Amino acid sequence: MSENSKDFTGTSYFAFLKDENKLMGVRCRACGRLSALPRPVCTACHSGDVEWHEFTGRGALATFTCISAAPSSMVQRGYGMKNPYCVAVVDLEEGPRVSALIVGVDGSNPQDIKTGMPLVLDTSELDPENPGLIFRPA
Amino acid sequence: MASITKKRQLGRQVSIVGAGMTSFGAFPDLASRDLFGAAFQDLLDNMDQGIDVEDIECGYLGNYSSDLFEGQGHTAPLMADWLGMTPTPVTRVENACASSGSALREGVMAIASGMYDIVLVGGVEKMTSLPTEEVTDVLATAADGLYEVPAGLTFPGIFGTITKAHMDRYETSLDHLLRVAIKNHRNGALNPKAQFNVTIMDLMERRKARAVERGQPEPGWRDEMDFLNDPRANPWIAWPLRLFDCAPISDGASCVLLVASELAGSFTEKPVHIAGTGQASGRPLHEAEELTSLSAAKIAAAQAYDMAGVTPKDIDVAEVHDCFTMAEIVASEDIGFFAPGEGSRAVDEGRTGLTGDRPINTSGGLKAKGHPVGASGVAQIIEIFHQLRGEAGPRQVPNPDLELGLTHNVGGTGGTCVVNILRRG
Repeated sequence: MSENSKDFTGTSYFAFLKDENKLMGVRCRACGRLSALPRPVCTACHSGDVEWHEFTGRGALATFTCISAAPSSMVQRGYGMKNPYCVAVVDLEEGPRVSALIVGVDGSNPQDIKTGMPLVLDTSELDPENPGLIFRPA
Repeated sequence: MASITKKRQLGRQVSIVGAGMTSFGAFPDLASRDLFGAAFQDLLDNMDQGIDVEDIECGYLGNYSSDLFEGQGHTAPLMADWLGMTPTPVTRVENACASSGSALREGVMAIASGMYDIVLVGGVEKMTSLPTEEVTDVLATAADGLYEVPAGLTFPGIFGTITKAHMDRYETSLDHLLRVAIKNHRNGALNPKAQFNVTIMDLMERRKARAVERGQPEPGWRDEMDFLNDPRANPWIAWPLRLFDCAPISDGASCVLLVASELAGSFTEKPVHIAGTGQASGRPLHEAEELTSLSAAKIAAAQAYDMAGVTPKDIDVAEVHDCFTMAEIVASEDIGFFAPGEGSRAVDEGRTGLTGDRPINTSGGLKAKGHPVGASGVAQIIEIFHQLRGEAGPRQVPNPDLELGLTHNVGGTGGTCVVNILRRG
């Protein structure tokens, strides 16, 4: 299936991520605005003329938290009061931001996690049932 | 966008003439219908000149998720039936934690349109029927379930990221957050309906006494800050937020009676008028323009100020959405009480305390009063109603010329923001 025959949906987005290890967003052909999420309409100019756009998966940590009071899905993955995990807003190098779980950092020592640190997409630990984005230090 | 800045006016004026609410807390034996029934009875008992229930023409109920908390949907007509109000039309409004703030606006617009003269608006939430982890899951459904929640984000987590961004950008520290909690508990200690009707100092002393009773060594906490900086007393929830930075899980209900202002005199000699109202929608944090502010709150506030014809410095008292301590500081900046980044220092200087020049959350706020999410927006309105009528008892703002109050109610992480301005009649 070629990229642009795929619908601009979450289903397509997660299929790209799981099957092809690609972070795919959309680009507006009318005004050039990028969206890291697969919107069928440009939020800047409201044009419906959008196309898939592959993001490099490189970015920087904009802000973060280390969560101890975990929801049940994360408790199942071994996180919680004794093993907090880091979630960040990531500035992608193309401009848009995404929310992502950050692995390869110590959620118990937030003072060692630095705003601005370079991050890279990691698809090796994707949970197929719950495919949120995962980044790690570059 | 012109649609944002367009000046709007109500078709006719609307007033609040009565209010009722339950205490907020954990009530294992009470379902939503019991809670809302108790709030409504409180309203009936406290009407200055009474109301015939059959004169109520319409109702709006704020409720976030009785479906997931209690397995009960279609909540509004159930409440109407329980209160003997059928066949009066009632509608549930769901906008996460801003559900009853939005319900209030629907009621205001129903009267302003000329369609109805007398409208009941309320909110209810029954949350403590689930264990904390499942409550966290239910609250997370107010975030983006496709692109935020699977990353592991929780509500405390999202406000944790906002806190970190505010700390990076301004001079906000963990101590500022703790001082918000201390202030709101001080106010909550003066509010008999508050879930935490106790100061943090008294909580600390109780913990010390309990340790001694159990034959354990007495903890050496010197003061409130020392207590709150002890991870055993105040564990991390979502760094940089700790337990005492978070509003509790609560059960409760609230309601107010709205009437066309020309009728207000037949219900009370002390009505409180809706001077301005605003509401806006916002984007998830990763799509937001700023990480340290809720754009929808700023827009809703601008709309409300514009309709009321007043500015932030004219507001005498405010109830803001402190689901987390950081959220109160951000709110105080978004409603224009303080410049961006100045909200933290204002807390340090005591300006937002009961006797400060910009009193915020005299009720104890969501933090100490409690946060049954669907009931919170109208409960904020009720606090301002009592303040403007001079009937807030020991937490009455000591200002004899109290005229204008503001409420700021947030759903999600700013997906919905509602700001209302009330004027003493």
